[in-house]
Amino acid sequence: MNDRPLRSNVALTAGQMRNLRRRNFAIGFSVAFLAALFYAITIVKLGPNALRPMP
Amino acid sequence: MSMIGQDSSRLDAAIAGYVAGPREFVSLLKPRVMSLVVLTALAGMLCAPHRVHPVIGFASLLAIAVGAGAAGALNMWWDADIDALMARTRSRAIPAGLIEPGEALFFGLTLAFFSVLTLAAAANLIAAGLLAFTIFFYVVIYTMWLKRSTPLNIVIGGAAGALPPVVGYAATGGGVTFDSLLLFAIIFVWTPPHFWALALVKSRDYERAGVPMLPNVKGASRTRLEILIYSLLLAPLGVAPWLTGLGGSLYGAAAIASGVGMVAMAARVYRVREGAAANKAAMQLFGYSILYLFLLVATLVVEHGFALVERWGL
Repeated sequence: MNDRPLRSNVALTAGQMRNLRRRNFAIGFSVAFLAALFYAITIVKLGPNALRPMP
Repeated sequence: MSMIGQDSSRLDAAIAGYVAGPREFVSLLKPRVMSLVVLTALAGMLCAPHRVHPVIGFASLLAIAVGAGAAGALNMWWDADIDALMARTRSRAIPAGLIEPGEALFFGLTLAFFSVLTLAAAANLIAAGLLAFTIFFYVVIYTMWLKRSTPLNIVIGGAAGALPPVVGYAATGGGVTFDSLLLFAIIFVWTPPHFWALALVKSRDYERAGVPMLPNVKGASRTRLEILIYSLLLAPLGVAPWLTGLGGSLYGAAAIASGVGMVAMAARVYRVREGAAANKAAMQLFGYSILYLFLLVATLVVEHGFALVERWGL
């Protein structure tokens, strides 16, 4: 059995790498933004109850 | 590096193909259509008697915009074959080979899912259900079914483009009312003359792609008559929000003046039938119809926006 790690044979050009990095950044930003948005929505929906301790 | 290694490297890069950047993916969302969707949805939200927290309003508007973009991406995925045949759409990301169809499909479905989910979390299930229905109607009913099968594609399919103000209104918790349906009706009746004006000029494009637009199926004469009839219906309908009190005096004045302009432009398209002047009249109507809808909706946004600011005492 070949125990060498699998490695992609595809070598990307500089332009392709740049676009790929931009894509990754955009996806990362979108996920972070969505998390922040859901956090804000939750706080707004809970209102003053967000700070009230549970009985 | 050996010659074989260099060749292999070049071949690998070729196999990898073009890697689309965020800009190409944004183009799938049809940003210009999206901006009109945002404006009409905002008008729907502001016209509703209920007020929502600005964060909820922003999240709802964003969800509606992304949902519209998702529908645009799925439309481009399905229509890539006919887009490649038409000069107007040939340079779109999928027919131009910048984005793989599978990538566009995944992108569209992901955005559609998260936009509906976000609207359900931020606003309510009625608004989320309406947004899901809008995306479904645009992609499945209009794009996959009506567009290639009937000259009434734009008439029925126009419902999808007319729904954003209804979704916006519902997002405030106002449900579906006569007021929101009135906004729906205006955009619904506006859609056919808007697209038929373009179809008159681009009829060869549509014919090549096999899309049965009205000028290709029923002829230019019939299309010109239909444009005039729809414009005659649209002008008084555009004034209706002023009569029902949804719009104020500024809206009334804008609707009457721009409605007269719309009918005059449509009458010109009906009258001028030959040569470059006919095409020019049709393209002027196409451009003016965008301005007309923008003016009506923007006036509603300004009037209700000012009322909101006054209520807050700013």
